[in-house]
Amino acid sequence: MDVLTQNFSLYGRGLLGTVELTVYASLLALALGVLMAAFRVAPVASLRAFGTAWVTVLRNTPLTLLFFAVMLGLPRFGLILPFTAFAVLALGCYTSAFICEVVRSGINTVPVGQGEAARSLGMTFEQTLGAVVLPQAFRAVIPPVGSTLIALAKNSAIAGSFSVTELLGTYKPLNEMGYSIVWSFVWIAVGYLLVTLTISAIFTVLEKRWGVPR
Amino acid sequence: MTATTVLYDVPGPRTVRRHRLYGLIATLVLLAVLAWVIYLLVDTDQFAYRKWMPFEYKGIQTLLLRGLANTLKAFGLAAVFSLALGGVLAAGRLSDHRPVRWLATLVVEFFRAMPVLVMIFFVFVALKVQPLPALVTGLTLYNGSVLAEVFRAGVASVDRGQREAAYSLGLRKTQVMTYVLVPQGVRAMLPAIISQLVVALKDTSLGFLITYEEFLHAGKLIASNLDYDLPFIPVVMVISPVYIGMCMLLSWCANWAAKRQRRSVKTEKVRVAPPGPAAPMPGDTRGS
Repeated sequence: MDVLTQNFSLYGRGLLGTVELTVYASLLALALGVLMAAFRVAPVASLRAFGTAWVTVLRNTPLTLLFFAVMLGLPRFGLILPFTAFAVLALGCYTSAFICEVVRSGINTVPVGQGEAARSLGMTFEQTLGAVVLPQAFRAVIPPVGSTLIALAKNSAIAGSFSVTELLGTYKPLNEMGYSIVWSFVWIAVGYLLVTLTISAIFTVLEKRWGVPR
Repeated sequence: MTATTVLYDVPGPRTVRRHRLYGLIATLVLLAVLAWVIYLLVDTDQFAYRKWMPFEYKGIQTLLLRGLANTLKAFGLAAVFSLALGGVLAAGRLSDHRPVRWLATLVVEFFRAMPVLVMIFFVFVALKVQPLPALVTGLTLYNGSVLAEVFRAGVASVDRGQREAAYSLGLRKTQVMTYVLVPQGVRAMLPAIISQLVVALKDTSLGFLITYEEFLHAGKLIASNLDYDLPFIPVVMVISPVYIGMCMLLSWCANWAAKRQRRSVKTEKVRVAPPGPAAPMPGDTRGS
């Protein structure tokens, strides 16, 4: 117990770092993922090929390798950013491949007849997309996006080993100060549970509000 | 492209022309980006001989191969142990005894909610074990818990009639499980199981963070060598295709299993041997 009370600010900073990473990387992943999903369903072959390549490569890359390449590789091209920005970039790009697949399968759950009906009513492409397809796809997509973002929060632990301030990294100073290792890890575990349970609660609320049983 | 999607009709001649124009523009933009990346690589001298020279040395090649072997070793151990742990935990969750069920549920839920790296670090730092056992333990706990849920879902997905028929034939619960439900459940879940093994393979690279001498670690050693002018980008260009290739091979297996499963036994066409000259009967003197 002392470990937590005596190092509250250290843990707080770690937790804040994890939350910060998770939020920024989620935003990047959602934006990139939706863009890539749009590419993958576009009627333009080269965009489809690019989207497919993006998803295939990133889904089969170990996240550690991606962190390694981004954190230590991009500076070779003269791109100097704070470590946190690099971590957000790596996490966001990695997760965007999974978000893309979720969004794409969400669009595919909308029955073809819905689009056909909308077009036969004379709706334009924008109207079909905005008023018919996306609202239905959005509802189907809520639970899988939630579990993808929980996975992102858990994956953010890797950033700690690449000199980013986050929760898992707090074990090191605590260890050096001679606190009980087991207890410091117990509080780290509690911190992660806090983050993942919060995300899952947010998505439960979203699903209650927007989701529809099919 | 598929005939109709929910988003578009089959395009007419004018739309086809417009799409072709978009395609041309998109291709040009993508090519421009590619050219810019290559320009950056050349501009920062990444293709210089001095940076690629180390890959010609025997010692470096053995270093990389040993790293790859270590990665595969960790993956093999983690895969075997997590399949075993998954089986045990799934059996626990399907148990008739309430305490066993609760315990298994608690274990599964806890390890699924924890980042796998926290477990690896905990085993490595707190229990002070060697990097390989720490990595394998962490991966086993996480992937075993996920696989337990997969197995359970597989058993639950088997048609209810199968279980009822087996019980009404007088089989015991263990027999119902081992002879009827588990074989069918595992077959249904094979793609999910292989996909989880891809996750385990990708996560072996976490061993890099606890100084396990795996593939990425070997790459890091080469990349931080001043004699070769810090060949960081060449190392990434060598290592990532190998990793991505291994994972894609395994993902492809998962897809193959999924495709095989969609094929129904009932509607599959039966291959009949083409008619041909019959094998000569013993004593047949017409042929040869």
